[in-house]
Amino acid sequence: MITLTINGVQTSVEEGTTLLEAARFLGFPIPTLCHMDGLSPYGACRLCVVEIGEGPRAKLVSSCTYPAEEGLKVRTASSRVLRARKMVLELLLASCPQSKTIQDLASAHDVRRQRFRQEYEDCILCGLCVRMCEQQMMAKAIGFRGRGQNRSIGTPFDVKSEQCRLCGGCMYVCPACQLRCTYTEPEKAICGACANLSPPCVEKDQFDDMMCYMEPCVACEIEKE
Amino acid sequence: MERLQSIEDFETLQGRLTADHDPSMPTIVIPAGTCGQASGANDLIRVAKRELLDRGLTDRIRLRITGCHGFCEAEPSVLIEPRGTFYPRLGIKQMAQIVEAVAQDRVLDDLLFVDPVTGSAVEKQGDIPFFKAQVRTILARNEKVDPIRIYNYIENGGYSALTRVLKNGDPKWVVEEVKASGLRGRGGAGFPTGLKWELLAAQRDGRGKFLVCNADEGDPGAYMDRSVLEGNPHSIIEGMLIGGYATGANEGIVYVRNEYPLAIKHLIIALRQCHELGLLGRDILGTGFSFDIRLVRGAGAFVCGEETALIRSIEGKMGEPRQRPPFPIEKGIDGKPTAINNVETWANIPVITSDGAEQFAKIGTNGNTGTKIFSLVGKVRNTGLVEVPMGTTIKEIVYDIGGGPPGKAKIKAVQTGGPSGGCIPARMFDLPIDYDSLAEAGSIMGSGGMIVMDENTCMVDVAKYFMNFLKDESCGKCYTCRKGIQRMYEILEDVSNGKGALDQLHLLEELAIVVKDTTMCGLGQTASNPVLSTLQYFRDEYIEHVKNRRCPAGVCKELITYSINENCTGCTACLRVCPEGAISGVKQERHVIDTDKCIKCGACKSVCKFGAIDVA
Repeated sequence: MITLTINGVQTSVEEGTTLLEAARFLGFPIPTLCHMDGLSPYGACRLCVVEIGEGPRAKLVSSCTYPAEEGLKVRTASSRVLRARKMVLELLLASCPQSKTIQDLASAHDVRRQRFRQEYEDCILCGLCVRMCEQQMMAKAIGFRGRGQNRSIGTPFDVKSEQCRLCGGCMYVCPACQLRCTYTEPEKAICGACANLSPPCVEKDQFDDMMCYMEPCVACEIEKE
Repeated sequence: MERLQSIEDFETLQGRLTADHDPSMPTIVIPAGTCGQASGANDLIRVAKRELLDRGLTDRIRLRITGCHGFCEAEPSVLIEPRGTFYPRLGIKQMAQIVEAVAQDRVLDDLLFVDPVTGSAVEKQGDIPFFKAQVRTILARNEKVDPIRIYNYIENGGYSALTRVLKNGDPKWVVEEVKASGLRGRGGAGFPTGLKWELLAAQRDGRGKFLVCNADEGDPGAYMDRSVLEGNPHSIIEGMLIGGYATGANEGIVYVRNEYPLAIKHLIIALRQCHELGLLGRDILGTGFSFDIRLVRGAGAFVCGEETALIRSIEGKMGEPRQRPPFPIEKGIDGKPTAINNVETWANIPVITSDGAEQFAKIGTNGNTGTKIFSLVGKVRNTGLVEVPMGTTIKEIVYDIGGGPPGKAKIKAVQTGGPSGGCIPARMFDLPIDYDSLAEAGSIMGSGGMIVMDENTCMVDVAKYFMNFLKDESCGKCYTCRKGIQRMYEILEDVSNGKGALDQLHLLEELAIVVKDTTMCGLGQTASNPVLSTLQYFRDEYIEHVKNRRCPAGVCKELITYSINENCTGCTACLRVCPEGAISGVKQERHVIDTDKCIKCGACKSVCKFGAIDVA
């Protein structure tokens, strides 16, 4: 067992526990975007930063990836942490203003404006879909490519992947982007199920290993009618 | 080459090679690293070879092709041993003269280096101010060794540090020696190498350990690792062998960027020679110690110089940093303990083990021992590789070695550490260069890039340049690094276009601090340094851009206008060169620039001989 202090509360956790798990166990809220139980931690959104260490050696780390260490002193809501989180949310809001998840988070952290040039992107490259596809659906149909500002998510060579079982898991976990409802820009959708109104479930017999995670799904709604 | 079976075999070979070597025999040394070749060293080599053959001098004069010696400004150059005569900037015809002169033991006075300050010719390399003020422990060996000849390295004392270690037979002694030397990682962060090795040596899970040489040198304007790898690849191999023996690692990897073809070529040759001689592989020199080195080529990502990204790249995955802890020393390549050191660090290891830690620690300052190679580039007279003891001041490097500014414009700042470093203003040039002082001043040592800037350099433009570099080179995993750098670039672009506001400067600073704070790896954590340091030391320039919509250095195109003053003689030179036809006027009369048509390319300014083009 490892003993550490979170916001002044001493606690013992098992080795390998992340700071996020430990803090949430104690009931300290830490906002996250790219984290999901059941998927490996990734540390992309930087929303879950917490402050560790003391004095000049104090630093911010992403709690979802940082393992609990013996004697560590963690502050989940210091002014430095809050300032950083607000800036992250402001950046998110400036790029993906239409996401409900981001709007809610921003509002909860009292971020009411953003001072950057407004963009209308959808994907924040949190990688949930990539990890969902790989770790839960065992498909590895999509992945990251490119780096820096050219980084994006997609299938290899932008060709429909044979690994994709059209399960919709990627869309189900997406916190920000419009994959779930890209009916306005169907070419951006991964399966385009809702866009062309002919999702795989309609032709079930063609996909013997299909698993659908879409809910609510346009197709199901149609079938009900 | 016959495989050496024991240390005695090696010593016999070394003894024979040293005995055969006659140091009094004149030798023409031609540096032909990438830089030398680019400026024409290959032609010199061809001419020198032909002349030696034609005149039948091959048994009287030796020719040695080496890696870069560091004085890039003077390339292609030739060094004559044992006299030490140095001939800079040579052409093919002059090379033939030099061969003749060497044969007659003469010195060609009119080809010698001319000191720009005193105006007199300097014969010997050691007397040239550029070389005189340096302490060249690593670089001087480049002059002695032909990188593709292992015997050349051995006859100059190569691999005797290894045999010394093998004879001693105590790995702990080596670790203690490196610790006592005080050597700190030359890659930039300055982690004590001895401590790293001790940690690696303490890892005992029996699954094997890795040593990595990080040669993914990607900073714009930095090339010291390249010159060491090209000029003396065996020193790296020897360093890694010693490291392998000290830490119990059994596999070494040299991770070198694919943009260094000559370094890769020389390294492949060196590795093959070591295998043939039995200096690499199983049971090295009959001591039972086994170590092998292989080469991995980087695919061109700057971020792969970061150690966790480098590990993933070696594993064949996408070059993307991961959270530390666990540190590579515990979980590195394929989950096995891994120690990663920079090229220059490895090159220092044979020096430490052969001369002793005490001797090494004498150079430099307390806590920052040894020498460091910097690549001195930018607005300075003598550009090139500079090796100085730690603790040398910036002033000494820029003025004594670098020779000060090449033109009339005063030197304004020095940028150290590449895209992750900061700008240090001229008033702080008394700052000693070591890891701690630089970090305190808001910059970093980095791998050793040093870009000198003068009054014609706009600091906003500099910050913008580095943000532009980093927004492409960030791996893109951390949102604050990817988006934050993009946004910083956006703001800097606004400022340099005259669309900035004071609020934006505050936002820029706020954002830069958050980017520094919240990112995972070294790239993101230092990415704000160019912005923060220029904001700290050159805030007035930013304010000038924002408030008065003026670029004091005359760089930001949107904020400057070109005009012709009364110095114009009407020579029509600018008129002819203007690509847009924006200049009008008749011969012998003052010309006029049509500012609507002018694209501010600066072509007119570069051709005007009368200083008649104003930029404001």
